[in-house]
Amino acid sequence: MAFRGAVITFPGSNCDRDMAVALENVSGVPALRVWHGEADLPEALDFIALPGGFSYGDYLRCGAIASRSPVMRSVIAAADRGVPVLGVCNGFQVLTEAGLLPGALMRNAELHFTCRTVPLTVENTQSLFTSGYDAGSTIMLPVAHHDGNYFADDATLDRLEGDGRVAFRYCGAVNGSQRGIAGILNDAGNVLGMMPHPERAVEPELGGTDGRILFESAIRGLVTA
Amino acid sequence: MKVRVHVSLKPGVLDPQGRAVHHALEGLGFTGVDDVRVGRLVELDVADDTTDAALDEMCRKLLANMVIENYRIEKL
Repeated sequence: MAFRGAVITFPGSNCDRDMAVALENVSGVPALRVWHGEADLPEALDFIALPGGFSYGDYLRCGAIASRSPVMRSVIAAADRGVPVLGVCNGFQVLTEAGLLPGALMRNAELHFTCRTVPLTVENTQSLFTSGYDAGSTIMLPVAHHDGNYFADDATLDRLEGDGRVAFRYCGAVNGSQRGIAGILNDAGNVLGMMPHPERAVEPELGGTDGRILFESAIRGLVTA
Repeated sequence: MKVRVHVSLKPGVLDPQGRAVHHALEGLGFTGVDDVRVGRLVELDVADDTTDAALDEMCRKLLANMVIENYRIEKL
């Protein structure tokens, strides 16, 4: 079965090419590229990625305007049908603004743009995206964001943790996120939003391969599904 | 009709920007400032027959993030 993955590009996305290269690198198939103004997605997609960047210049709120763009209506419909959707960095912000994931991403607590490689613990190894990681393992992924401070009310946080929907947690203080949350899954497990960049860690030349496992897990899960 | 939408963080949501401004005010020697919250002002120029319901919908669907923010509509 040939893998069909798509990367959505918004005005201001700047990690879309990296995401497409990572998908091609792992799957062996070029990723389809979709402009935000397209109302319809390509047919029969196996995977949709919302890349990092600064969609619409982060005007109003990060990800807010992108989340209301024409293509997102199709992305939301696809997510509801169970198509895997990965949102990284600005893509995570778009997913929360679109209501596909709970909570919101606020300005980093220390007000700095944080750009470095950080350790994360893999909290859930049962999901489509994380099945290739060892339970409880610590991985290294780059972060690069100004607004990665995850916020949700206590009831939502309790529910996320209780249901095993926290996918990744920062090992130390990075941005002030509630309970150190770096990435979360939706209830059905087919939508993952995360601030760290797995697409920047898919080959040794990039400084690490811990992100590659995420793409391998998802693609393997899809091909054997 | 001119409409102002005041968007502010909900009480209890940590406001790092407000905290930084508070710190700067203290640095300037202003005492007695208990707290600072930074919000956003959106000014709209809309048709006179725009309904309150439509304005509310604009706020809930886009102008404010109801997870972390409140809004207040002021007609001028």
